[in-house]
Amino acid sequence: MCDQTFLAIVFGPCDKCSNEKPLRAVYIKSEQLSYCSLCVEMMATEGLHENETLASLKNEAESLKGKLEEERAKLHDVELHQVAERVEALGQFVMKTRRTLKGHGNKVLCMDWCKDKRRIVSSSQDGKVIVWDSFTTNKEHAVTMPCTWVMACAYAPSGCAIACGGLDNKCSVYPLTFDKNENMAAKKKSVAMHTNYLSACSFTNSDMQILTASGDGTCALWDVESGQLLQSFHGHGADVLCLDLAPSETGNTFVSGGCDKKAMVWDMRSGQCIQSFETHDSDINSVRYYPSGDAFASGSDDATCRLYDLRADREVAIYSKESIIFGASSVDFSLSGRLLFAGYNDYTINVWDVLKGSRVSILFGHENRVSTLRVSPDGTAFCSGSWDHTLRIWA
Amino acid sequence: MTIGGPRGGGQPRLQMPCLGKMERMIVSMQDPDMGIKMRNQRLLITVIPHAMTGNDIVEWLIQKYGISEEESLHLGNLIVRHGYIYPLRDPRSLVLRADESPYRFQTPYFWTSTKWPATELDYAIYLAKKNIRKQGELIEHEKDNYNLLHKRINHTWDFVVMQAREQLRAAKQRRKGDRIVIDCQEQAYWLVNRPPPGAPNVLEQGPERRNCHTTRVQLNMDYYKREIEYCRKAMARTRVKSSICLEGYLKFNEQYVPHDPIMSGCLPSNPWITDDTTYWAMNAPTVTTPTKLRVERWGFNFSELLMDPLGRTQLLEFLKKEFSAENLSFWEACEELRYGEQSHINEIVDSIYQQFLAPGATRWVNIDSKTMERTLEGIKTPHRYVMDDAQMHIYMLMKKDSYPRFLKSELYRNLLAEAVIPPETKKRVFPFMRKQRHSSPSPALLLPAGDTEAKGEEKSRSPAAVPEEES
Repeated sequence: MCDQTFLAIVFGPCDKCSNEKPLRAVYIKSEQLSYCSLCVEMMATEGLHENETLASLKNEAESLKGKLEEERAKLHDVELHQVAERVEALGQFVMKTRRTLKGHGNKVLCMDWCKDKRRIVSSSQDGKVIVWDSFTTNKEHAVTMPCTWVMACAYAPSGCAIACGGLDNKCSVYPLTFDKNENMAAKKKSVAMHTNYLSACSFTNSDMQILTASGDGTCALWDVESGQLLQSFHGHGADVLCLDLAPSETGNTFVSGGCDKKAMVWDMRSGQCIQSFETHDSDINSVRYYPSGDAFASGSDDATCRLYDLRADREVAIYSKESIIFGASSVDFSLSGRLLFAGYNDYTINVWDVLKGSRVSILFGHENRVSTLRVSPDGTAFCSGSWDHTLRIWA
Repeated sequence: MTIGGPRGGGQPRLQMPCLGKMERMIVSMQDPDMGIKMRNQRLLITVIPHAMTGNDIVEWLIQKYGISEEESLHLGNLIVRHGYIYPLRDPRSLVLRADESPYRFQTPYFWTSTKWPATELDYAIYLAKKNIRKQGELIEHEKDNYNLLHKRINHTWDFVVMQAREQLRAAKQRRKGDRIVIDCQEQAYWLVNRPPPGAPNVLEQGPERRNCHTTRVQLNMDYYKREIEYCRKAMARTRVKSSICLEGYLKFNEQYVPHDPIMSGCLPSNPWITDDTTYWAMNAPTVTTPTKLRVERWGFNFSELLMDPLGRTQLLEFLKKEFSAENLSFWEACEELRYGEQSHINEIVDSIYQQFLAPGATRWVNIDSKTMERTLEGIKTPHRYVMDDAQMHIYMLMKKDSYPRFLKSELYRNLLAEAVIPPETKKRVFPFMRKQRHSSPSPALLLPAGDTEAKGEEKSRSPAAVPEEES
């Protein structure tokens, strides 16, 4: 007679189906459970470990992304520069510095135009925010923020207030006053509160709402009077660096760009991301809508600017040159959208023919990085701000 | 993209994708076939091998990238300032001269991307070497730094001095040419990493990005589920063929280029170029006689007419004739709701209801019954977007119905006929005599009535101001 090993079988309620059956020991994540043989069979075929589900979700996401790209590519029947062959080439292009605004004691980080087409607000690293009549180069107002690196500033549509913010994680609104007895800082309103630096801000169609972008990865819409958060926009995987409101007649969307290399289009009302584009190789520093609202351009640290069409749902042009290796910090279109002005970290401004994809001109003058660039509201000139402490108006 | 990868202890990261590209440029410059032809350069009595002239660099860049001399010099200068090429003759200033000055490529050991950040210890050893080799060779800011370091890392000072002496001793055994080269290499490296005061710091970056770890996106199941949902929605979206979209740009371009002052100039002249503000005066928000270009632009699309204050006034006139002026008023009131203060929402919604939507309202707007029903229901819980549907309906009505009739109307045709084309400003006889630049009243002064003090300020504020004249 040989030794026989007896397997002790436990009878009892199964941990999964609760039926009274012979049980087997099963080990899930170092935990011992007792399942009946039927449940063990089912589990083996389903493969229900959480790690496996995560991997399968990831695969599904990747394959869907691939299919999405295929769908986008199906309708791409022609390139922009091919279509643009019918358009007349641009002639000699001459733009010069017409005004130099000196007065900031440190790097100029951001600027915005007033709707009166000649006033601007600019902010710098040392916390100074200055309002200029750039036509006469006179300074009209100055405020010193309690923080350094004021990376965002905006002029209110009425021309009666400015907004700014930076490393203080807030966006503050200052009503502009000419009263010598009044300290502008006294009437300051703290509107937005983020958990990291403020990178961009913009008023909507009125003085009473502000849209902000922050290093905490979110954008937000605020009511100026009460400081109430009206809507927040989550979806970027890293710092959001820029935003621009759509010029569309129904005025409901905006685009944002971030360190996750994505440009995302949002619905202001619902807070949902409508479209997303991810073709840049590095941080997107600046986004700006094409004047018709059907497309937008982006400037990135990968030294390229790109044009994305919203109806075709894809990138339709890349503006790059082998000799341009420094990142584009700021972009804006001329009034007709034919020209794209881009300021770069190599101290230059490149002017691109949007339709033909070629570079029209390169503008020298700044002695350090060009950090901000905006075309005036009536398209007669554009203003560039730089780390060389100056702003220049070009026309 | 970061260079150098993450370092322990949360040290700042160098975020400059341009460095990688610059390095590739440098490598192709040294290509044996297509690169710069290097030769021996004479420095006083010593011969330095593998050197090139500033001219060589500029020429090569022009050839390789098809750029102008100005751009090539600019690009070359940036390469030198980042320490990838250094001058042999004047090693204290990292500047590219487009002449016969000798330059050399920096050794990869000292590349900005490989040896960043520069350590205090290394800097101390470098300064100590300089100090030992020749007393008084340290320049002002280096002396200050040396003293500072001496205080700060005093505990390692013996090590520093020992290292310095060792390196100097080893250097004495090298050939003179090698010694000069190594000195220049080191000096260039330190000029980049410890620039003298007043010199631009090319390694300076803005505030650190990606430093907020609390909102770091977790690549967990929720994340992927959201990605999948987004992709599914995106697939279902209707897309337009590229050919149609791109055609749109051409059309837009054709329409708007004549109106683009940078592309087509502006009449009478661009204020920024001639210092003459007539252009702005003639195109002010409200003038008696608008310019032809402006009136033409109202014909491009409804939005152009509506967004121009003058155009909107004309539209209102026209709608009054058609007895549908309440549509425009309603739309304006809805805009006020959408972009108004949060605390006024209930007030504005009520006012809109009373004026435009209530049965028997004085300015009742004609909305289809379904939308009206939805809106009236929504008003019970008023919010900023409660009028969106109704507003869209009325907007489309004006756009598809009233607007085409406006364009065909006598009112519009008269406007076109009477619109002015400003004559071009004659070029001034003495172009270098600058015209006086007049200030204009700030929009911030146009405060609501009751703030007459501010208006009084205006007079004393801008004594030389010439009030803008409206033609």
